[in-house]
Amino acid sequence: MSYEKFIFYVFAALLVFSASMVIVRRNPVHSALFLVFAFFNSAVLWMLLEAEFLAITLVLVYVGAVMVLFLFVIMMLDIELAAIRAGFVRYMGVGALIALAMLVELAMVVGPARFGLDKFAKPSPMAANALPNTEAIGEQLYTVYVYPFEIAAVILLVGIVAAIGLTLRRRPEKKTQNISEQVRVKRADRVRLVKMDAEH
Amino acid sequence: MIALSDYLMVGAILFSLSVAGIFLNRKNLLILLMCVELMLLAVNMNFIAFSHFNGDLAGQIFVFFILTVAAAEAAIGLAILVVLFRNRRTIDVEELDTLKG
Amino acid sequence: MEHIYLAIVLAPLLGAIVAGLFRNQIGRTGAHWAAILGVAASCLLSLYVLKLFIYDGEQLYNKALYTWMVSDGIRFEVGFLIDKLTVMMMSVVTFVSLMVHIYTIGYMAHEEGYQRFFSYIALFTFAMLMLVMSNNFLQLFFGWEAVGLVSYLLIGFYFKRESAIFANLKAFLVNRVGDFGFILGIAAIAMFFNSLDYAEVFGKAPELKDATIQVWGSTPWSLMTVVCILLFIGAMGKSAQVPLHVWLPDSMEGPTPISALIHAATMVTAGIFMVARMSPLYELSETALSFVLIIGATTAFFTGLIGIVQNDIKRVVAYSTLSQLGYMIAALGVSAYAAGLFHLMTHAFFKALLFLAAGSVIMGMHHDQDIRNMGGVRKYMPITWITALLGSLALIGFPGFSGFFSKDAIIGAIHHSDIFGAGYASVLVTAGVFVTALYSFRMFFLVFHGEGPRDDHAKHHLHESPWVVTLPLILLAIPSVVIGWMTIQPMLFGDWFTGVLTVLPEHDALGEVGKHYHGQIGFIEHGMLELPFWLAMGGLFVAWFIYMKKPALALEIRTRFDWFYHVLDMKYWFDEVYQIIFAKGSRALGGFLSEVGDRFLIDGLIVNGSAKVVDSVAHRVRRLQTGYLYHYAIAMILGLLLLLSIFVVA
Repeated sequence: MSYEKFIFYVFAALLVFSASMVIVRRNPVHSALFLVFAFFNSAVLWMLLEAEFLAITLVLVYVGAVMVLFLFVIMMLDIELAAIRAGFVRYMGVGALIALAMLVELAMVVGPARFGLDKFAKPSPMAANALPNTEAIGEQLYTVYVYPFEIAAVILLVGIVAAIGLTLRRRPEKKTQNISEQVRVKRADRVRLVKMDAEH
Repeated sequence: MIALSDYLMVGAILFSLSVAGIFLNRKNLLILLMCVELMLLAVNMNFIAFSHFNGDLAGQIFVFFILTVAAAEAAIGLAILVVLFRNRRTIDVEELDTLKG
Repeated sequence: MEHIYLAIVLAPLLGAIVAGLFRNQIGRTGAHWAAILGVAASCLLSLYVLKLFIYDGEQLYNKALYTWMVSDGIRFEVGFLIDKLTVMMMSVVTFVSLMVHIYTIGYMAHEEGYQRFFSYIALFTFAMLMLVMSNNFLQLFFGWEAVGLVSYLLIGFYFKRESAIFANLKAFLVNRVGDFGFILGIAAIAMFFNSLDYAEVFGKAPELKDATIQVWGSTPWSLMTVVCILLFIGAMGKSAQVPLHVWLPDSMEGPTPISALIHAATMVTAGIFMVARMSPLYELSETALSFVLIIGATTAFFTGLIGIVQNDIKRVVAYSTLSQLGYMIAALGVSAYAAGLFHLMTHAFFKALLFLAAGSVIMGMHHDQDIRNMGGVRKYMPITWITALLGSLALIGFPGFSGFFSKDAIIGAIHHSDIFGAGYASVLVTAGVFVTALYSFRMFFLVFHGEGPRDDHAKHHLHESPWVVTLPLILLAIPSVVIGWMTIQPMLFGDWFTGVLTVLPEHDALGEVGKHYHGQIGFIEHGMLELPFWLAMGGLFVAWFIYMKKPALALEIRTRFDWFYHVLDMKYWFDEVYQIIFAKGSRALGGFLSEVGDRFLIDGLIVNGSAKVVDSVAHRVRRLQTGYLYHYAIAMILGLLLLLSIFVVA
């Protein structure tokens, strides 16, 4: 067993294990953490596939941003764990059966019969003067895929606006500063000059 | 040597696990969302594997966009979840049947 | 000249628009001035054009003024064809129209809708002028439909009266039958001649003389016969020929000036005008000519008979109109187009006169139209009496009066013709003379002579009509008497219609009559030796004997020939038969289609049925929409599994 193969099997096994834990753990926090772990493992597999940029992106974006968001949400919400896990066992059989059927069929489609080494040979190692992966992707992204790239940026912007718009709420009981109102205020609004006779 | 089918099989297992997860965690919206993320990961795995074995960078570019969209989707999905919880005090899917025909 | 012709047509339209659209602003007086000025301008200009044609040798004018569109080589145009036929029609139409306009001031003085009425009759004048001045079939059809529309509006002028609504609907529907034939004829012309212009069509007609078409199955039909008969069906509707005559008597529901203008003098003669205009086509089909002749002669005699038993003064004149229209049509049938048009002209004057005189009497009788309640009116309405007498004499063809010349020419032409059906027609039109005299003077004696009104109240109110009524009577009486004498020479035997009407030599029955023509005096002398004159005198005498001398005899004859009286009184059951077959039949068909076709099939099965199917399916299917997210997810996963299975198996 070569070193590469060893790495692959270890991390693939860890990946499958952590994915299973994601779906069977009762506590959502555990699930989220195992999902993070699964992302790490798949990042390693992607490294093996010479997709260094995406592997790093997966860790940075997914683990660093999305999963943290998940954890925030989980902790923000006050979820009753007992109720949420009810019926878990009842559907285990059906779920396992369907998942197994799907796995068998997928294996028939993507198994070694069609995609084995004899069909798809391992590509030769990269030439020394070839562009590194990140540069290659960047070059493609800013030339051929520049419009989709712009659109992706807009989608993210829309995502930001939508997420904020959905969750933002004003609480009347909360006291906040309204800076624009403070700036706009005039003397006449605040001070009333009263003319009075002098005391005698 | 590691064959293309090996990577594809890992993707298939991940996908099947997330399908099973949708069945098992039918009441918890959060885990459902996580299963969707897992599914996307499986798909991305396939893309990158094909990209590598075909020597075509387009697959990686595609994964890049999937990640982008998935991030946006997760953000909005979680936002909806938060609003939902705020209004109903629960994220139990079984209690969410106002769209019933 | 173009401007004059345009002015002739547009002046009445302008009058109609002003009187109609601004009726509240200009009031009653303004409305009748607007309409009368428009029509008077038109009339004077027409007479000026007539003068140009008679004395200054003005020549044919044929020009398209406006091209609406050109489609597949066929031009849709507005244009004028002014020849001697048109000029004659223009003069008659505008003159009678002007008389009727003036008369209306008196007749409608106390009616509501005064301005509306003036607007309609001015509009009618416009439409009729468009019809006669047209140089193409499209404009002819426009005028044809426009006069029909105005006729419809005017028959239903008293639109709150149920009988008027019934009558105008009837007129409209019967005319639709005719117009359907008419437009089919025009369509056939457009199809085979590839033109709608008169001159082009007439020029091409001899080439297509022997052309045949297959209307039904594979039997070849002569194209000319089909076209001519289809066009004539239009004429039968408009000119009220058997069996499409039923609307005309009912149209008397309209005010009397309308009956005079539209349903006697002008509009109903549009059919005669049209056939005469199409003489180059009709000459090519003897079958069509025979058809025209038989229809005309039948109408002339049998509708005249009905006139004898009518008691409504306007209906008597209406049946007389039907009968006289029959004479004109019969003249066309023997290719004596000139005689038909000549009678059209003389008839326009004396029939308008008779109607207006009848209207005058009706005014005196406070809108009682039953001649049995009248009598002795002569003493109270002398001008009406004398003009009605002149009109009646002209109608029965008293020697020297205009009707004498025209009717004698028609009878002579039919007598000399050898076309199929001429013998039948000859007998009927000759006998018709007796009938004409009988019903005309029956009415005349019953209305103007005999005992006066019995109660003092009626007597008190019975007086001569105002001058706006009597003036048109007098002005119409003059041509009724003299126009025949003046124009018989150029119109029938001269060259007035040369180049306008086409008569093949072998059809020229009128030419046979012309061989014996030696001036008006000679014509009168010759006529007085012929049977028709004696029949007319006989009719006059019988009317006098029965209704003046021995009034009891009328009742006795009626009881003796009860069955015959009944046949006439029921008008040969035309109305009843139509009522049963067409009215009831179409109601039944409509009811059937409504119940089975519409309510059951379309509404029940297709519309509501599909809605019900959707509803019931949706009721069941909506249970799939549980609202639970995981059900949708499971459905998606199962679908994915299924697709995957298909992929794997395949």
